[in-house]
Amino acid sequence: MKNFSNLYIFTFAAVLVLLVAAALSFTALSLQGRQQRNREIETKRSILTSLGVTSTVDDAETLFAKYVKGSLVVNPAGETVSEEAMTAQDVKEQVGRGADRKLPLYKAEIDGQPYTVIPVAGKGLWGAIWGYVALQGDCSTIKGVFFDHASETPGLGAEITTDKFRTPFAGKRIYEGGRLVSIKVAKKGTYTPDDHTVDAISGGTMTSKGLDAMLKDCLTPYDNYFKKQQN
Amino acid sequence: MSIFSSTTWEAFTRPLGKDNPVTTQILGICSALAVTVQLKPAIVMAISVTAVCACSNIVISLLRKYIPTSIRIIVQLVVVASLVIIVDQILKAFAYDVSKQLSVYVGLIITNCILMGRLEAFAMSNSPLDSFMDGLGNGFGYGKILIIVAFLRELFGSGNLFGLQVIPQSFYEVGYMNNGMMIQPPMALIIVGCIIWFIRARHEEMQEK
Repeated sequence: MKNFSNLYIFTFAAVLVLLVAAALSFTALSLQGRQQRNREIETKRSILTSLGVTSTVDDAETLFAKYVKGSLVVNPAGETVSEEAMTAQDVKEQVGRGADRKLPLYKAEIDGQPYTVIPVAGKGLWGAIWGYVALQGDCSTIKGVFFDHASETPGLGAEITTDKFRTPFAGKRIYEGGRLVSIKVAKKGTYTPDDHTVDAISGGTMTSKGLDAMLKDCLTPYDNYFKKQQN
Repeated sequence: MSIFSSTTWEAFTRPLGKDNPVTTQILGICSALAVTVQLKPAIVMAISVTAVCACSNIVISLLRKYIPTSIRIIVQLVVVASLVIIVDQILKAFAYDVSKQLSVYVGLIITNCILMGRLEAFAMSNSPLDSFMDGLGNGFGYGKILIIVAFLRELFGSGNLFGLQVIPQSFYEVGYMNNGMMIQPPMALIIVGCIIWFIRARHEEMQEK
């Protein structure tokens, strides 16, 4: 084995690190545009899925432009703050804020029917979960939902992304006698089936509970806005 | 093989056959369990590991005379980690869906024992060409097992191949059911175990007395 001086070792390490850093920065910067675009398309496809529109990577932008008429940000008092388009990822930072919480929503129209899409974000068992909830014109009946997750268990918590879990949300109502009750995600046997409850995932109890809390946390602040729309 | 010397060729073929990284050296098992629920992510994972393994082998082999012995493991780690980040970035840009499916496992290529094992055992003492072939061979050897396992798991676990249904609907109507166990990681371990059993049963010299 050859002996290396300390100076040589330090120089070697420093040069190596510099070269590696340069290579990584170059890759990251040159691919940034494409990655950003992929993320935007994914958001658009998620919103379209919640509205019940099937899209592919290629037609997502056209369909989004066709059906989604604009975005709004309201405050908990129900007043419009801006027209910024905020995604479910942006909602994460807003959860838990008080009166200055930004409440984003998307306005959509399909076959002449108006819809409101609410981005939601919360915590599953292992990491973040998020999604989009599309409401019909009455701001109470659910048109459809979309959920995604960062690292829930495949086959258990990760089932929140499946049609089997999502479909029963359609037609449920978040208002009960003028009161916003959100949608409960509960296990069979512990509830009587009604308009405000969907079946939880067996084996995915913690994820189901997280999703239940996410819907409550993210829909309740819109109460004032929804009421204004309903009147 | 006229273009390669026999040792170069052997560096490529050994890991494809009896010296397979997964079934003989029992390396890279963790990711073999994780990404083999479906064929597509398994193939992308196999390509990614092959690319990282071959490239890092070349880099380390080129540097082998200059790498200070006392920090060689760190140097290997830095090289592997940067290549993995580059692969991850490329997947995010060009194969976004697959990169979402593979999620953390791309990052975990860094911890795949095949890479560090080959760098330390082969690239540190062999020429760049031999090391490149060794990296390719090990990547393919790993990929071969991944694809076999993923094929069986996707076929019997969800009745699909590449996400398309291959088991006819009429089978389900007469009572055929997908095997839910196939989706779970333990089944991957059992399949890998069966492959190892098969290989060892065929090669007597691999059996301990």
